[in-house]
Amino acid sequence: MEPHVHNEKCREVFALLSEYLDLELPPDACQEIEAHIAGCAPCIEFADSLRKTVALCKRYEPGEPPSPLREEARVQLKKAYDRMLTERKQRS
Amino acid sequence: MPSEDHENEVELARRLLAGDALAFERFVEHFHAKIFHYSWMMCGDREDAEEVAQETLLNIFESSEQLREPEKVRSWVFRIAKNACLTKRRKSIFAPSRELSLDELMPVKHQDGDRVRIEIADWSVLPDGRALQGEMNVLLERAIRELPEIYRSVILMRDIEEISTAETAEILDVSQDTIKTRLHRARLAVRQAIDKYLRGESKGQATIHGTTCAQ
Repeated sequence: MEPHVHNEKCREVFALLSEYLDLELPPDACQEIEAHIAGCAPCIEFADSLRKTVALCKRYEPGEPPSPLREEARVQLKKAYDRMLTERKQRS
Repeated sequence: MPSEDHENEVELARRLLAGDALAFERFVEHFHAKIFHYSWMMCGDREDAEEVAQETLLNIFESSEQLREPEKVRSWVFRIAKNACLTKRRKSIFAPSRELSLDELMPVKHQDGDRVRIEIADWSVLPDGRALQGEMNVLLERAIRELPEIYRSVILMRDIEEISTAETAEILDVSQDTIKTRLHRARLAVRQAIDKYLRGESKGQATIHGTTCAQ
């Protein structure tokens, strides 16, 4: 791909990339970005790295699990849940 | 978190509200882990996160403002968790949050005659599949923890928990535009951390290369 003029447009695209990837941009802004990055190797590469970052975040799996709830905490939660159900029944 | 997980949560919430005892057990187990991880990332302290998770679960059942729409169970749980985290953090000393500017998150540029060289790692070593995810989890966790709090909460809700922009805005009491701005900067900061890692630590797998364009 031929080198292109590195201008304000790259910066504008840079500022809107997440909204572009999330499909949250209006169609005209989206088309403008696509028209720019089609001819801009650095923007394509940068957008791809951001897309991969988002994909990695969405596949993130937390490491250490919490300690199991203590029995007394479970009993307390169950009592609160039962009270909640009783209140719901009384209201309906 | 896949959307299938969200559908299961909605079903679980429906059964919970219908009085299903088994659903109660599963609800507690599922959200205990979720709230704990969110709180640990937000509070930075495992013991605090354990307390927040427990308090949040209790508030879920004791709150006068009970869950009315099972479809919104995830955002409803996280609203309660966020408030519990805030209360916990108010009790401890923490550094003031700072703003991330777009300039500091832009790729590093080098002037090369009349051209600008943009440094970027070889991201093709990161396939779209699950390969390398274990290694990446550790890196992601560190990168997210290092974000200023206002960005950390947004990326955790939007990209890890996959809560919508509108619901995240509601939970965090800010506008949708603010959520979009913060999410973008959070992602850029995490991207920057991964890029540095790929350039500095994956020798033999990732190679530095630059793309150039005329200024």
